[in-house]
Amino acid sequence: MDIFLQQIVNGLTLGSIYALVALGYTMVYGILGLINFAHGEVVMVGAMVALMVMKALAASGLPAPIIFLIALFAAAIACMALGFTIERIAYRPLRNAPRLAPLITAIGVSIVLQQMAMIIWGRSYHSVPQLLPSENHEFFGAQITELQVIILIVAALTMAGLMLLVNRTRLGRAMRATAENPAIAGLMGVDANRIIAMTFLIGSALGALAGVLVSANYGIAHHHMGFILGLKAFTAAVLGGIGNLGGAMVGGVLLGLIEALGAGYIGDLTGGILGSHYQDVFAFFVLIVVLVFRPSGLMGEKVSERA
Amino acid sequence: MAQALLEALNLEVHYGGISAVKGISFVVEQGEMVCLIGANGAGKTSTLKALARMLPCRGEIHYGAERIDALPSHALISRGLALVPEGRGVFARLSVAENLAMGAYHRTSDRAGTADIGKDMDRIYGLLPRLAERREQLAGTLSGGEQQMLAIGRALMGRPKLLLLDEPSMGLAPIVVQKVFEVIRSVAADGVTILLVEQNARLALETCARGYVMESGKITLADSAAALLADPRVRAAYLGE
Ligand SMILES: Nc1ncnc2c1ncn2[C@@H]1O[C@H](COP(=O)(O)OP(=O)(O)OP(=O)(O)O)[C@@H](O)[C@H]1O
Ligand SMILES: [Mg+2]
Repeated sequence: MDIFLQQIVNGLTLGSIYALVALGYTMVYGILGLINFAHGEVVMVGAMVALMVMKALAASGLPAPIIFLIALFAAAIACMALGFTIERIAYRPLRNAPRLAPLITAIGVSIVLQQMAMIIWGRSYHSVPQLLPSENHEFFGAQITELQVIILIVAALTMAGLMLLVNRTRLGRAMRATAENPAIAGLMGVDANRIIAMTFLIGSALGALAGVLVSANYGIAHHHMGFILGLKAFTAAVLGGIGNLGGAMVGGVLLGLIEALGAGYIGDLTGGILGSHYQDVFAFFVLIVVLVFRPSGLMGEKVSERA
Repeated sequence: MAQALLEALNLEVHYGGISAVKGISFVVEQGEMVCLIGANGAGKTSTLKALARMLPCRGEIHYGAERIDALPSHALISRGLALVPEGRGVFARLSVAENLAMGAYHRTSDRAGTADIGKDMDRIYGLLPRLAERREQLAGTLSGGEQQMLAIGRALMGRPKLLLLDEPSMGLAPIVVQKVFEVIRSVAADGVTILLVEQNARLALETCARGYVMESGKITLADSAAALLADPRVRAAYLGE
């Protein structure tokens, strides 16, 4: 088996999920300058709601892919409602407060959601039923599952759709204008509150998709999965240049690759002292390196505004 | 007899403890070109921002038959009130064409409004040919004069009835200022009512029919432009004589 190619395949799959989550961070940051630390928990809620729906429909006799789609749809609705509510009750009242206030609130919301999830769904790990085709295929010496192919295609199509929305539609233009200058966009008739709400809705829907895909990929879901996933996606957003959509995508995929390759080779590199369970180390190493050496990220440069 | 399109009554603006506008009243009549002149810090921008509902204020603002002082900023353009802000405020990361499209944002909420936006855009490009050559360029890379033209063009895309202009001459070379003012005059000739804020008092008074002079948050003089141009106090303080 070709370890290198294998880890590329794994890294791309993981990275495309990071990218979906990172988009949620970066979109909110772009428009509010706020790091929405509760976003990881929204992703977790997506995974858990989808799991509940899958279990409820398990005996329904519906075809597995249909159950999956229904679960995904339910997760998206739940996450959008949650994201919308968080913005409304936690962030909007602090819109003009000093920056630290909404940041601390975001962490607070994150803790509340995690605890609530623990109360509702318990502390244990839940295994996620395999509803999508997951047969293994040989691919130039690496193994790729049908599920991985599905994840890659769905993530790519979703991100292409998002780019079209942001760059080619009236709503997307208003979002970019509001991100740059909400007061001036207001003069053009843009209701910033609506645009911000839309941003949370879209980011949460992407988060729901990511949560469902990641739990399908690992076959597992639990109440604190949002924490580490959120932190990694945040790292991906910072790596790409927070506030930049293309950056979040590139950062997500890159981080996935770094992690997968790191996990694949860490044993060899350290003479067997560290094993692949140290995979998580790489994300935080990347975060520190980026923050120290290039805080604006890979694609974080902005067009300078001339007087 | 002309009708008041805009009327401010005892308008006040405060920033924390600082009061920037101290209870001013003025009128702009339908089809008029009126200017508000004054030195740095007189409160001109604060006044315009209050009119455009970008700042909390006290007092009353009447626009047409309506009181607008409780409306949010984004509700004004659909009523025909547009502001070209101080410092232009173009969207630097949007292209010229996208900036113009933003100007027509409120008209695109229904399909019917969308139809003649293309026509309006061509009209703006005809009026401001330098923008036409640069339609795909990011607005942040335009020169100051081009940005000012874009800011005016963007406001016109909203089909305003009343255009508030905040120091359109700021930081521009005299020849560019001439061009900007030519555009403003042609907009006025099309029937748009204009309230112009300027530090360049001579140019403002030569362009407008009436003027208000503002000093430390108060209106100290109000008269026809010709009378103000002849007023020794104005000549001494604002025309450098
Ligand atoms: N955001 C703010 N916070 C506190 N004070 C402010 C703020 N904006 C303006 N001011 C104060 O309000 C007063 C009026 O300012 P304003 O910008 O309205 O003046 P202006 O007439 O437009 O001046 P200029 O010709 O220089 O543009 C000034 O004393 C200024 O310091
Ligand atoms: Mg000013």
